[in-house]
Amino acid sequence: MAAAQELLKTGRSGEREVLSDVVVRFAGDSGDGMQLTGLQFTDATALHGNDLSTFPDFPAEIRAPAGTLFGVSAFQINFGSDEITTPGDELDVLVAMNPAALRTNLSDLHPGGLLIVDTGAFGAKNLRKAGYERNPLENGEVSAHRRIEVDIPRHVQDAVEGFGLTHKQAVRCKNMWVLGLLMWIYGREREPTLDGLATKFARLPAIRDANIAALNAGHAFGETAELPAETGPYDVPPRTDTQPGLYRNVNGTEAMAFGLLAAGQLAELPITFASYPITPASNLLHALAARKEFGVTTFQAEDEMAAVCAAIGAAWAGGLGVTSSSGPGIALKTEAITYAATVELPLIVINTQRAGPSTGMPTKAEQSDLYQAVFGRAADVPLPVLAAASPAECFGVAVEAARIATRYMTPVIVLSDAYLANASEPWRIPDLADHEPFPPAFRVDPDGFHPYVRDPGTLARPWVRPGTPGLEHRVGGIEKDYDSGNISYDPENHQRMTDVRTAKIDGIAAGIPEQALEAGEAGSRLAVVGWGSTWGAIHQAVRRVRADGLDVAHVHVRNLWPLPRNLGALLRSFGSVLVPELNKGQFLRLLRSEFLIDAAGVSKVAGRPFRVGELEAEIRNHLEGRS
Amino acid sequence: MNAAVSAPVRLPDPRSTPDAAAAPATPLTAKDFATDQEVRWCPGCGDYAILKTIQQLMPQLGVPRERLVFVSGIGCAARFPYYMDTYGMHTIHGRAPAFATGVKLANPELDVWLVTGDGDGLSIGGNHLLHLLRRNVDVQVLLFNNEAYGLTKGQYSPTSREGTRTPSTPEGSVDHPVSPLAFALGAGARFIGRGIDTVRPRLAEVVRRAHAHRGASFIEIFQNCPVYNDGAFAAFTARERAPVAQIEVSHGEPLRFGRNAEMGLRLDPRRLRLEVVEPGRDGMTDEDVCIHDETNRVLAQLLVAMESPDLPVATGVVYCDPAPEFVDAVVAQREGVREARGGIADLDALLRSGHTWRV
Repeated sequence: MAAAQELLKTGRSGEREVLSDVVVRFAGDSGDGMQLTGLQFTDATALHGNDLSTFPDFPAEIRAPAGTLFGVSAFQINFGSDEITTPGDELDVLVAMNPAALRTNLSDLHPGGLLIVDTGAFGAKNLRKAGYERNPLENGEVSAHRRIEVDIPRHVQDAVEGFGLTHKQAVRCKNMWVLGLLMWIYGREREPTLDGLATKFARLPAIRDANIAALNAGHAFGETAELPAETGPYDVPPRTDTQPGLYRNVNGTEAMAFGLLAAGQLAELPITFASYPITPASNLLHALAARKEFGVTTFQAEDEMAAVCAAIGAAWAGGLGVTSSSGPGIALKTEAITYAATVELPLIVINTQRAGPSTGMPTKAEQSDLYQAVFGRAADVPLPVLAAASPAECFGVAVEAARIATRYMTPVIVLSDAYLANASEPWRIPDLADHEPFPPAFRVDPDGFHPYVRDPGTLARPWVRPGTPGLEHRVGGIEKDYDSGNISYDPENHQRMTDVRTAKIDGIAAGIPEQALEAGEAGSRLAVVGWGSTWGAIHQAVRRVRADGLDVAHVHVRNLWPLPRNLGALLRSFGSVLVPELNKGQFLRLLRSEFLIDAAGVSKVAGRPFRVGELEAEIRNHLEGRS
Repeated sequence: MNAAVSAPVRLPDPRSTPDAAAAPATPLTAKDFATDQEVRWCPGCGDYAILKTIQQLMPQLGVPRERLVFVSGIGCAARFPYYMDTYGMHTIHGRAPAFATGVKLANPELDVWLVTGDGDGLSIGGNHLLHLLRRNVDVQVLLFNNEAYGLTKGQYSPTSREGTRTPSTPEGSVDHPVSPLAFALGAGARFIGRGIDTVRPRLAEVVRRAHAHRGASFIEIFQNCPVYNDGAFAAFTARERAPVAQIEVSHGEPLRFGRNAEMGLRLDPRRLRLEVVEPGRDGMTDEDVCIHDETNRVLAQLLVAMESPDLPVATGVVYCDPAPEFVDAVVAQREGVREARGGIADLDALLRSGHTWRV
């Protein structure tokens, strides 16, 4: 077979070698379909029973010029037989569909890792665009890695001949060829993927057949070609210690959308989701716009301010108002959020954080809106702030945000980020029946009513649906009299109202769980304290150092404001506290100022999540410095 | 208003229940719409007359009080909801149209009114007003135009005429004003009207028509600010000038004005503009005077462009041509999807759709 001659070296074992975990990155041009390839491989891997974590990394440009370094789009998956909580540090396999993909990703492939290269894309023009003066496949640059170098377009063209496709259409199937090869190397079931392709392209029979043929050809290539030694095939057996149940794969955006739908059902309220397009938050609008059968009303407003104001208007009218954006958009919504806080209406504000400031890097992750969420408002306006720690956790956080918002009549800010929104992991599908419904008790009794009369327990004011006879009333941003709700400029009344608004938010701490430990116990030598999407990397890093016998605990905070009531005492129990975060130390300063503890920070603002290895090194360094 | 002109009938509202639409046992009066709050506008402010007009009109509309909602932004005019004993929301500067849209989206059965001013509606909130009008959200917009910022102590506003001297423009403003009605037409409004604060029966009639219109209706109300911009509209509102400097337009009626209706508006076909003529003089006859057609958008554009002193200022219902309403369309689409997908949605089933596996 001609293919075999393209290989550098022959020799293959007849049996599958067993591996515990693997990191694969698909990298190519924005138009090469790497995200789709990655998602298909993810589905097949999930169905195989592996634990997994994925990380799509794509440029902000929609169709960057072909072959350029800034147009490279990548999708990384880490899968294994044990618990997987990050997309992985170093790559075991890199698929590079062109020279630009090779150049921007090669340094992440560990020595001895497998490099799969489409030689068909390594012409002089593409090499020049990637800044290579000579072909890196020929000058020894990649010699440390095991390699499969294939002219993929040629193989694809052979496979799809006779389907009546143009050359361009045929070559576009090359991502499916790569998928087929990877599925053979790791022994993934092809059938569900082929079924999926058949459904997806049901109305385009030629495209459907070509994609299926390309995938099968890639698979057959692996099976029949003489692959280099130590390039498979492998077996990554299913994870065996998984909690029994029905699972699906979910990314943070999907989980957040499902969570909001669940929140609407549990609160028995129709959702009005008002948003303005912004990367990386827009996908949440798309996800909910596609779910009108749940009674969700989505509203693409004319700008960020209109979006939040429409959500507040909907809340005032008795619905569950939700708005969503990213940091710059949240900044524009801020005045309206303070309005919702002073008229004391429930509102959910979701911030899918991205690398800033200003436009920054819209598709890249950062945690630098913590100050904005906790403090970033004119006047004294404390608000509850929640952060999801993993993609799947977005579901529960959305539900909890709705519960707090409606119970305490307050806006709630939810922090996600570009990584959580796009990364995916297996999710044990919950039953809605396992969640406690929380329908609000709308006020209907005119007796003794004024709009700011408070529940003595929660300090929440009553929620009234306009349309209720006898409860006609006005709300507004002007200060309200504590006893009548009417406009008041009285100095002592303003003190009292500011105090009670603060006390209401502080009081939420009584209604949320105490801070638990992810690993270790109170009094450990060191606690690594994180929040948000860094959970996976901290979890693995702490696990590694604990396996070496180091006395290190992991604390991960979901309730960023108000903080859990036992957090101060817990943090003071540790020998020292280390706070890694994807910003310049915002949570670190919050903890230091709240609890007067001498915590240290680890800061990273590279638009990428922490690697397990770098956190592990930071933990070891920290302990050495303190010993 | 001419009896021959029939107001457009409000389309049957599928969402209103017979109960909700029923008249209250004891008929309400204007007093039922006044709150116990002390009105805090300056003495002599035009807002008083507008408030009284609206409070007197409300019982005649037959809408249960609890379904009425007044939404406002910031500014003198925006205090309006505090004085109306209905549901009310005094919101933030410029954003009232967005709040009102959210209110309607969440509860289309509410009868939503929006009170704004020239600064609130056309400066900081111009974008939101534009989109409320183009979407055609079923809201009555009352824009109190006093050509000044009152609550911030007298700066010029986007409707102030060039050369307006204020604390922020001591040598006179240099920017060109926006015409609220021309803006509304440009935004795609399907109902525009104009009234004057103190000409109350006429204003009430325009507001009544706006309420009957299903979709966004926009009314510019010339409102005198006695403190910062007294007499801004006197050139056409002063008692002796009004008959010759104003024209009250009525659908199907000749566009005539003057103390004895001796003048009329004629379309100069060669220059495509309106001109004042006197039938019986200079060879002009009654046939030369245009008939007002409130469904004619081009005529509406000509009428709103008329300015004192060359042409009379038009008041009344300038344009009314209903089109599909936004929230109706949103609800119809949502319910259509719900029906097509089998009624009540099952979240547990949704979570279990697609690729799943059991451990």
